This record gives sequence, structure tokens and C-alpha cells, in this order.
Amino acid sequence: MGKSDSFPKVASRQEVLAAGHIVPAEGRCIQCGICSFNCPIGIDVRRHAWLGEPVVEAHCLTCGECVRRCPRGVLHFEQLKIFGGSS
Amino acid sequence: MNRYVIVGTGVAGVSAAQAIRATDPAAEITLVSEDPHGFYSRPGLAYYLSGEIPDKQLWLYAKEDWQRLNVRFVAGRATRLLPGEHRLELGPAGALTYDRLLLAVGAKAVRLPVPGADLDGVAYLDTFEDARRLVALARRARSAVVVGGGITSLELTEGLAARKVRVHYLLRGDRYWPAVLDETESRLVEHRLVEDGVHLHYNTELVEVLGRRGRVAAIRTEKGEIIPCDLLAVAIGTRARLELAQQAGLETQRGILVNEQMASSVPDVFAAGDCAQVFDPLTGQWVMETLWNPARWQGYAAGLNMTGYETKYHHRPSFNVTRLAGLTVTIIGSLGGSRDDDLLTIARGESEAWRFGLEGVTLYQTADVNRLRLVVGQKTLLGALVMGDQTLSIPLQELITDQTDITPIREQLLRADVPLDKLIFNFWQATHPRQRGDQHG
Repeated sequence: MGKSDSFPKVASRQEVLAAGHIVPAEGRCIQCGICSFNCPIGIDVRRHAWLGEPVVEAHCLTCGECVRRCPRGVLHFEQLKIFGGSS
Repeated sequence: MNRYVIVGTGVAGVSAAQAIRATDPAAEITLVSEDPHGFYSRPGLAYYLSGEIPDKQLWLYAKEDWQRLNVRFVAGRATRLLPGEHRLELGPAGALTYDRLLLAVGAKAVRLPVPGADLDGVAYLDTFEDARRLVALARRARSAVVVGGGITSLELTEGLAARKVRVHYLLRGDRYWPAVLDETESRLVEHRLVEDGVHLHYNTELVEVLGRRGRVAAIRTEKGEIIPCDLLAVAIGTRARLELAQQAGLETQRGILVNEQMASSVPDVFAAGDCAQVFDPLTGQWVMETLWNPARWQGYAAGLNMTGYETKYHHRPSFNVTRLAGLTVTIIGSLGGSRDDDLLTIARGESEAWRFGLEGVTLYQTADVNRLRLVVGQKTLLGALVMGDQTLSIPLQELITDQTDITPIREQLLRADVPLDKLIFNFWQATHPRQRGDQHG
């Protein structure tokens, strides 16, 4: 298989730290709650996934713990378009 | 005031209640269930078993959610459905009358058909009670035997191994899960299992469970081998709970046949989730699935239709992401498979549609533990399996679900002069710019 570095670059964690959030992909979550259980500041990430809403919470550290732990590839970083248009 | 009765408190039943409440605020909704633990994440049981989450994590609804839903619970077993009288009997708990009724009763693990299968220490993974029992058994078990196939058998194998139980996994054939995986994929999974200390036994059929004082002590194989164990975990498939439906005269095959409105063949009776058999336009067949998200969507569609708000349930290409021996695997659409002696039916987390072989060309790409398999049709991708690196998981889910016309890349795909993954990824970016394209750059 072509190495994954042959893919176009995905926004790095540093890039989303300032202006990013966690987004659940539709139809993947099975509500196991691993994400909420592992969130260091206790955000109920699973609830966001149930409602299909991004984790837009001021306290979210975007530490990526939920993204890494999710066994179903539900959660992803996405950059907020704070200046409008594509980033 | 309309009276709705929902049998089952799994995700299909609760989603139906949500849809009814959203459409008919005055409705009287009654949920009937024999599961004392109510609504919890059934797929999450695997992670409770492996110790990744504590049990309380499995319940996703808070008290306020139930207050908002405003439903009445009846604990008990529905014993008889009388559609002509719009009546559901509950044995000693009495009876309920309804205007519309939903059967969301789910599926049940197929019992092991060998002598000794009723011994204490033979376990399945259907409910929270089963999972709790497995955890208790694992606490005092030194070694376990697992039989079966598909996702559940590995959840059992890995969950028990994570609890420091020595696991013997018995395969009747010469590889793991041939119904869905090809040989390379089976071997990748098997190697990982062996690395994790699991003892794999190929071409081995369990013929008897041997007990001591009513408890499992060993199993005997067809070849006469005796494997001592304190626990036997079984995942040889699931069957829809059809007793109520069949006795009430609903049309059934492997599940309760429903139309696009999730209505059964009998007026005012609907079905959704693991007990329902729905039409899959992609394969042209009626399929059974034991998947959480389709159950949720089906339940919601059923609930809306029960209130008279007409809506269609559109079956999407069957999809799941799971972990097999620590490797993340995405399975989408139809892949075609081989004969699988380890499973009598589909296990949990699966779709029958994956096994259908549609007319297409199969392409592969393998590197280390990463594997990509594509089934390419005339105009669309028909199926895909992504093992290991999941970069293409969402792209392929979207390309297959959206039935994206692949004409622009089909020839190039078949020529295979460009790496498959790169070609697919770039094509997805070009065809799905709004969904995710903005995060790459």
C-alpha cells in the first residue's frame, strides 16, 4: 500500500489547537462511551456524537484523547473557519 | 390520545419513542422489556468485557432524557400479540391495548447444539447480564475456550485475554471469518491473535462440553482431543426473536419482513432493528443486520410512520467499523465471501449484505498490516474493506454510500498503475469537497 505520507497533509494537532474542534462522523458511533470516559476534563463527547454535533466547548483542550481512543473512527479534528472561507 | 406500545428497549425501540414524542407530544408511549437493565450500548459490552470502560459507562440516557421522552416502562415478557384486537399480552403482568405497536425485540445468540451446552460456565454475549456474567466467570477462570466466528467471537477472545485468561480459539475451518475476510486478511488477524498469546486451533470442531459438578471442566473435539477450561464462550451467530411475530401471523423469513415504512404485513404492527428484515436496493435482496446505527435509523423511521408521518427508511450500504485483534477494520457494502463453518447465521455487528458477491472486479493493496480491498462495479464501488490504516475509511464510506459515479477513475483503478489508496483519496476529495475537503491543505 502506498505509505500514508503519500496522502495530502491532514491538519496537524498544532494547527487545530488554536482554532479547532472535534467532529463526529455520521453513522459510526455505537455509544460505548470510551471517549467520555477518557476525556481529561470530563466533557461528555459521546453525547455530542449521539446528537451529531461537533464538540464546541470552551473547555475542550483538543488534546485528542477521545480521537485516539475511539475504536470506531468516529471522531476527527476539524479546523474552525474563524475568518470565513476555506482555510 | 394515541397509544403506542414498543416491545424492546434497545436502540431501535428508544429511537422510535423519540420519533413518536417529537411528532405527537400528547402520545401515550409504553416501552415493554424483559431486560432489567433497559437501554444501554449493546456494542459497548465488548469494551466493558475488555476492561476499557466501567459498566456504568454503557448507559447513555440520563434521568432528564427519560423525563423528556416521557414514556412508561413495563417490565415483563410479551407473551402473545393479538393484532386483530390490538392487544399485547404480558403473562402475569396483564395486557396492553395499542393503536400502533412496534416490535423491536432484537436477536438472540444461537445456542450451542452439543451435549453439555447447558453446563454452568457456557456463556454468550447478548445482554449486559451476559457481559457481567462473563466478567465474573473470567475472574476465576484460568483458561477459556471460544468457539464461533465473526466480530463477536473475537470480542470474546480479546476480552478474556485482556482479563488474563488463557484463551483457546477453535476454528472449524482453516482460517478466521471466511464469510467476509479474504485469506490475507484472515492471516493478518490470526497472526496478531497468536502474538497476543491466543492459542488458535484450526480444523477443530467442538463436539461435547465436559463438566464436573455441573460446571464446565473441559471440551472434547471431533478428533478426540480434550481441552481443559473453566469457561466456554460461544458466538456462532444470532437469530431474530420471531416468536411473537410468527404466532401473530406476521410475514417472516429470517426476520420480520417490513416495507420501506417499517410496517409489517399486519396492520398497525411495525418492526425495526435486529428483528427486522429490510430491503437492500444495492443487492436487491432482503437482508438481516445486527448493527447499531441502522437499528437507530429504522427505529426512528418506524416511530414517525407509526404517528402517521409518512417517511421511508432508505437502507444504506451496510457498514461497520470494528477492531479485530487490535486492527481497526472498516467493512462497507458487498464483498462476497467463502463458506464459513464457524457461523450458523450472522453474528452481532454484521450484515448479511457483506457476504453477497455482486458482479465486480476485486482489487487489493497490502503493506504490512494495512490492507485495502475494493470491489469495483460498472459505475460505482460496490464494497470495500479497510484494515489497519484508516485514512480511507471515511472516503470509502462516502463514495459507496453516495453511489458516486467512478467513471472518471475506473480505467485507472483497473490499470493499477497508480497506488489505489492515493487514487481513491484524491477522487474523494474532488467529489466530496464540502464534507471534509476543507480540513486538508
